[in-house]
Parts: sequence; structure tokens; C-alpha cells
Amino acid sequence: MRFKLHVWRQSGPNAKGAMEAHDVDGITPEMSFLEMIDLLNEKLLADGKEPIAFEHDCREGICGACSMVIDGVPHSPERAVTTCQVHMRSFQDGDDIHVEPFRAKAFPVLKDLVVDRDAFDRIIQAGGYVSVNTGGTPDANEIQIPKVAAESAMDAAACIGCGACVAACPNASAMLFTAAKIAHLGQLPQGQVERGARARAMVEQMDAEGFGNCTNHYECMDACPKEIHVEWIARMNRDYLKASLTAKD
Amino acid sequence: MSSLRNALRSSVGSKTLMALTGLALLGFVLGHLVGNLQIFAGQEKLNAYAQMLKDSGPLLWGARIGLVVVFVMHIATAIRLTLANRAARPDAYVVQVNQRTTYAARTMLMSGLIVLAFVIFHLLHFTLGVTHPEFAAEGMVDSAGRHDVAKMVVLGFQSIPVSCAYVVAQLLLGLHLMHGVSSLFQSLGVQHPQLAFLERGAGRAVAAVVVIGNCSIPLAILAGFVPEGVVL
Repeated sequence: MRFKLHVWRQSGPNAKGAMEAHDVDGITPEMSFLEMIDLLNEKLLADGKEPIAFEHDCREGICGACSMVIDGVPHSPERAVTTCQVHMRSFQDGDDIHVEPFRAKAFPVLKDLVVDRDAFDRIIQAGGYVSVNTGGTPDANEIQIPKVAAESAMDAAACIGCGACVAACPNASAMLFTAAKIAHLGQLPQGQVERGARARAMVEQMDAEGFGNCTNHYECMDACPKEIHVEWIARMNRDYLKASLTAKD
Repeated sequence: MSSLRNALRSSVGSKTLMALTGLALLGFVLGHLVGNLQIFAGQEKLNAYAQMLKDSGPLLWGARIGLVVVFVMHIATAIRLTLANRAARPDAYVVQVNQRTTYAARTMLMSGLIVLAFVIFHLLHFTLGVTHPEFAAEGMVDSAGRHDVAKMVVLGFQSIPVSCAYVVAQLLLGLHLMHGVSSLFQSLGVQHPQLAFLERGAGRAVAAVVVIGNCSIPLAILAGFVPEGVVL
């Protein structure tokens, strides 16, 4: 297969970027999208040019490192996949493919397709700790967790923090990510003590990072490789409002 | 109080504010619609209703001031959020494809601002009589000496350009409500699989009621309808 790849090239954080076209040939349908870029990079290196910088780690769809917008959609228009799990068989031979970095003020571009997603780490840090009893090793199943709560918490915990929700949101809002993280611990008995304080701290940090506001477009949900549901945003709204209205400070 | 004020300025709090003020404005829109539809019951009914509102004194002024406050809050918050949202993505995508969002959702600010312009025109037109001084003049009274609202409305809507402006404004209000009403449940945290029908259908249902209800009046008058008792 052969493609015409239009890739965003930007030499550094404050440099001006632009799309650059490359013809890629000799691609097989079973190659992943990242392997296709690997092949192009080898060619670029052989020609003495700068390879395309992009993030990747596990290449099995669970780490959330591979962040790029393919043909206008984070992780490509294919549903519920990360970029590393997109295969070239999803494209037609001869296609023009556009690849760009995630774009948001809170995710500044570092180089080419690599963006700085530390803002997500700071939101997680703002969540603080979960209180647990110290002492001897607890017995298994000492804390009873209803099956439904465990499953539901896991649905929220499936978020891998890749940032596709921010990239897809017309307002560059991080509400799906933050909501999933709040809902994850907020549904478990261990997370109850700090539930309200955590919701407030994480929302405040999210706002401080310069993400946009949610206007219920739900683009995030369709772009999410883990199909995190916007119901968590409604839950976050409830948790945050209840905590703010009952706060003593 | 500081935590409450901070909460209302936060992203989640602002969203709640948009939903609550929107809900209050929707309440007014529906109340206004029910009041207006009395024109089909004849001059007597509509003029008596208008007189009743006028005679409610402090209650009327309370409602008017409350409405203005809510309206200003809704618009000011919307503008503040829109500016923040634009700042949150300083560099646009070269290629961007939307998968789910609707035309109504993407044009909320524009449809809202056009409805605002319409509301100002509507007040100048019927309430204050600035565009048509004869509507507020001494002579616009019925046989019981009340302000003749029914006659004023008929005269107002017999103008084709005025009626067209009202219909267009109602269509935009409908577009605004389609997204606004459906998403206020999510914004207020009302989310349950068994309530999913609200989010899917409430916006369209409310928009249909408001558009059909409000447009029926100018369209009926353009088609030659004259309420019972109105002497032109």
C-alpha cells in the first residue's frame, strides 16, 4: 500500500509549525499506524533528515502514550482504539492521511506530534490520597465492595489518561478525564472519606491548567479509546456541587 | 461564602449557572407562550389577562427585575465561558472532524445573541411601543377601557416583514432550546439510564412546542385570523 502522509512538523515548543507532505510506500495492511511512521522515519534518517517525533510506549493500547489526531479525530476515526492499535488496513490504498498533535493550551506542543500532558498528572496529584487503616496486613475481602460498585468503578478506571477527550473537545475541556478519575475512587468504600474534597481539588486544578469548559457536545466520548461515558461528568457535577455547597471553608 | 463564590466561577459551577438560568428563562418562555395563546380565545380573555398582569404591581416588577438579572447572568456567563473556551485552544486544527456534536450545540452563542436582539426588538415593538408609537398610544383601548392587546397584536402581525422576523427568531430560539434543554439535565447532574429519554427527546419536544406555539400567532393573523371581539 502507498499513502500520502501530511504531518505536522514543529521543531520546538515555541517554533512555528506547518504540515509537511511525505509519500510512504511499501506499507502492508497489517502494519500499525505507528509502524508506518517508523518506516517513514527510517527513510528520513537514511536521507539525513530529522525523523518525526511522536510518543509511544506499550503499543498494545493500554498506556495512552500515543497521542495524535489522525484525519481530524484523536486516535483516528476508528472507534475505541488508541493510535497504536490502528492498522493500515483501515485506510484505502492511495489515501491522503493528515496527522497532527493534540491541540490545547494546556497541552503545549513540544516537538512535531509530541505534546506535554503534565497537566493531567497535576490533576491526579491534586486528588490527593485515600485514607486506609495502617497496622497488619488486612484480611482478603475485609472491605465489602458490592459487585455493581466494583464494576462501575472499573468502567471509570478504564481511562488511560491519553488526553483524546481534550483533543476532541471543541472547547479543549478536560472534564471527561477529570470526571472519570473522580468517579473511579468516589464509588469505592476506600475513597469515601475524601470524596468531596477530592472532587473540589481536582476540578480546581483542572480549571487552573487552562482547559476549556464543557458545553455537552460529547465529542470526548466518541473519541475516547476506552469508551468512557459522559455520565461521569454528570456525576462529577453532582459531587462537586454537593461538596462546594456543604464546605465549611 | 468564598467557597461558594469560587464554586460558581469554576467550570462546573458556571455550567450549573447556565443550566439554572436557562431553566428559569425557559419557564418564562413557556409562561409567556401560554399567556399569548389566549389570543385564540378572543379579545376579552387576552385583554383581561394583560390587565391582570399590569395590576399585579410589585409582583410584576419583582418578576421583571428577576428576569433581567437572570437574563444578564445567562448571557454574561455564556460570553465569559466562550472566551475561555477559545483561549483553551489557541491553535486550530488543520483538519478537524466532529463525530457527534450537533449544529444546535455548535451555534449556541450565535442563536442566543440573535434571540437577544429579537427580545430587544420585541420589547420596543409591543411592550414599549417605540417602533410603533400607536401601540402604546391612548387610543389603543378596548370597550372596557383596558389596553387592547389583541388589536395591537393583530395590527402588529399584519405586517409581513414583522411576522417573518418573529418566525425566524422563534426558529432560532427553537434551535437554542434543542441543545439547551437536552443538556441541562447533564449539567445539573441528572443522568440515569432510565432518564436517557429526557436527554434525547426533551430538547426537541420543548423546541417544537415553543416554535409551533409562538409561530401559530403571526401565521394565523397573516392568514386572516382576527380574534373574536377585535374591531379593526
